Amino acid sequence: MKMFRQIGAVTAMNFRSLPQRVSTSLVVVIGIAGVVAVLVSVLAMSTGLIRTMETTGREDRAIVMRNGSVAETSSALDRNSVRLIVDGAGIKRDEKGEPILSAENFRILMLHKKADDAEISVILRGVGPRLLEVRPELKIVEGRMFQPAVAEVIVGKSAHAQFKGLNVGDVVRSRGANWTVVGVFETAGDAHESSLITDAETLNSIDQRGAFQSVTALLESPSAFQTFKDSLSANPALAVDVVREREYYRQQSKTMTTIISVIAYVVGGIMAVGAVFAALNTMYSAVSARLQEIATLRALGFGSTAMVMSVLAEALVLALIGGVIGALLAWAFFNGNTVSTLGGAGGLGQLVFELSVSPQLMILGVVWACVIGVLGGLFPALRAARLPVAMALRAV
Amino acid sequence: MTALVTLRNVTKSYVRGKQKVEVLHGVDLTIETGEFLALMGPSGSGKTTLLNLVAGLDQPTSGEVLVAGDRIDQLSRGSLSDWRARHIGFIFQFYNLLPVLTAEANVEVPLLLTNLSKAERRRRVQVALELVGLAERARHKPNELSGGQQQRVAIARAIVSDPTLLVCDEPTGDLDRQNAEEIMNLLQALNRSQNKTIVMVTHDPKAAEYASRELHLDKGLLTNDTRRAA
Repeated sequence: MKMFRQIGAVTAMNFRSLPQRVSTSLVVVIGIAGVVAVLVSVLAMSTGLIRTMETTGREDRAIVMRNGSVAETSSALDRNSVRLIVDGAGIKRDEKGEPILSAENFRILMLHKKADDAEISVILRGVGPRLLEVRPELKIVEGRMFQPAVAEVIVGKSAHAQFKGLNVGDVVRSRGANWTVVGVFETAGDAHESSLITDAETLNSIDQRGAFQSVTALLESPSAFQTFKDSLSANPALAVDVVREREYYRQQSKTMTTIISVIAYVVGGIMAVGAVFAALNTMYSAVSARLQEIATLRALGFGSTAMVMSVLAEALVLALIGGVIGALLAWAFFNGNTVSTLGGAGGLGQLVFELSVSPQLMILGVVWACVIGVLGGLFPALRAARLPVAMALRAV
Repeated sequence: MTALVTLRNVTKSYVRGKQKVEVLHGVDLTIETGEFLALMGPSGSGKTTLLNLVAGLDQPTSGEVLVAGDRIDQLSRGSLSDWRARHIGFIFQFYNLLPVLTAEANVEVPLLLTNLSKAERRRRVQVALELVGLAERARHKPNELSGGQQQRVAIARAIVSDPTLLVCDEPTGDLDRQNAEEIMNLLQALNRSQNKTIVMVTHDPKAAEYASRELHLDKGLLTNDTRRAA
C-alpha cells in the first residue's frame, strides 16, 4: 500500500511538471503517433485484402482445375474433361437432374484507371449459362445481364468505380473485338467485383480457343465436397485438382497479404527504432530536468522502485497518447478508402479492395506504442533510480 | 543525556579519475540527544561528507556509524531509504521544495511514506505550518514565497514526521541576514522547546552561535569541539 502511494505521489508530481516540458514531450507523442499511423494504415491494406478475399467464395462451391495448377491462369480443361466433371457426385442438380456448374475461362484486359490513367490488367471472365444459380449473390445493379453469342459484358461495381470506359453503353476494345458494357453487377463486396464477366462460349469463340480454365460447381452441401473430390479423383480419365472456392481465394491472396504485412512491420519497425530513441532522449532530459526533485525525494526516503515506476508511467502515458492519436489518424484518413493492386494478385488479376482499420488493428498500434514507450522510458528510469543521492544533492 | 549518533574511526574516500581521495580520516564523534551541533570548517574539509554519513545519504569507506541505535553503515540502499524516512528530517541550503506542489503538499511529502490517514496527515501538516508561522500561506506554491518563507516550509517538511534527527546543510546560505536570523531562531526554538537534535553544516559563524556545540573540521579531521552553555 505504502509502495503504491509512493508511486502514485511521484507519478502525480511528474505529470504536474509536464507543462514545463511540453515541447520535448511532444516529440515522443508525435513520433509515436507517426509510427502507429504508418503501421496501422499499411496493415489496413492486408486486413482489407484478407477481408475481401474471405468474403469471396462459399464453402459449398468447388473449383476444379487441371492437376498441378496453382491458379486458374495455369489451368486448362478441354471439353471432354468438362463433360466428365459434370457427372461428378455431390454436385447440386435441378429438378431435371442437370448439374448446377459453370465452366469458365478468362483473359486479361488492359484498362485505364480513372485516378491517374495508369494502365492496369483486369480480368474478363467467361462464365457458363447457369451463372446466377452457381453465384446467387451476383446482382445486376445497373443495366442488364449480357446475352450469349454477342460481345457483351457486365462489369463489377469496384471495376466500374476505378476504371475509365466501363459505363453502361461504353465499348471496350480488345484484340479486335468490341465488347459492349450492358450492366453493372455486385457480388456482396467480393473479389469478383473487380472483374468483367461475359459468356464463356462467346469469349472462346472471339479468342478462337476451345478449352476452359476451370469449372465452378455448386455442391449439394458443404459436406458434399469430399464426395465430389473423391468421385473426380477416382476417374482415371481425369487429372484434376479440386479445392473449395473459399480456400482457393484465400490461397491466392496469401502471398500478397504476406508481402504487405512484411512491408508494414519492416517500415513500422524501422520507424519504431527511431521513436524509441526519441523517447529515450525525451525521458533522459525529463529525468535531468527533475534531478533536484528526484534527489530530494530519494533523500526524504522515497524508494528507487517509485522512481522507476514514475518515469516509466510518464513514458507510457506519452506513448499511449501518441498511439491513440496515430491509430485515430489512420482510421480517419484511411479506413474505407478504396485501393487496388497493380496487376495480378496471385491468379486474381487486378483487385480492388477497401482499407480496413479494424479495432483489432488499432489496438495492435497502441500496443506497439506502449512497447516503444516502455523501451524508451526504461533506461532513464533506471538512471533516476540509481542516482547517487548525496552527489545529486550537491550538484543541485 | 544519551548518545544519539556515534561515529567510530570513520573514513570516507572518493575516486576522482584515477586518484583515490580520502575526505575523512578516522573520525570519532558522539552527538547526544537534544544537542544542536554546528559543523564548521573551510570548503573541502569534509563537513558535508560527515553530514551525509550521519544522515544515511552516503556510506563510509570504513568505520562504524551508529544512529538512533542502528548501524546504518551496514544497511542496504533500500533499507537506508526506509531508515531515513523514519529518522531524518532534511533542511537544504536551496530549500529543495517541489515546485509543482503547494506549501502544504510539500510539507505532506514525508508523510506519504507513513501509514497515516489522509485526515491525520492534513492535521500534522497544519500543525507544522503553524509552528513555522506559515499557516496562512499553505496554498501557495514555492515560487509565490520569499526565500525565508520557502526555508520555513522546508523546516515544516523536516519536522512534520517528528524525526529523530534534523540535518541542515547551510540552511541560511541562500538568505539575507534578517531571514537568516529568523530561520536560526526557529531552529533554536525547535531544539530548546521540542528537544530536537540538530546537526547543521554552516560557513556562517553567526549562524553557528545559535548552536549548543561547535565542531570544527579541517582536512578530514576534527580539530576543535566547543560546547556552549544554554
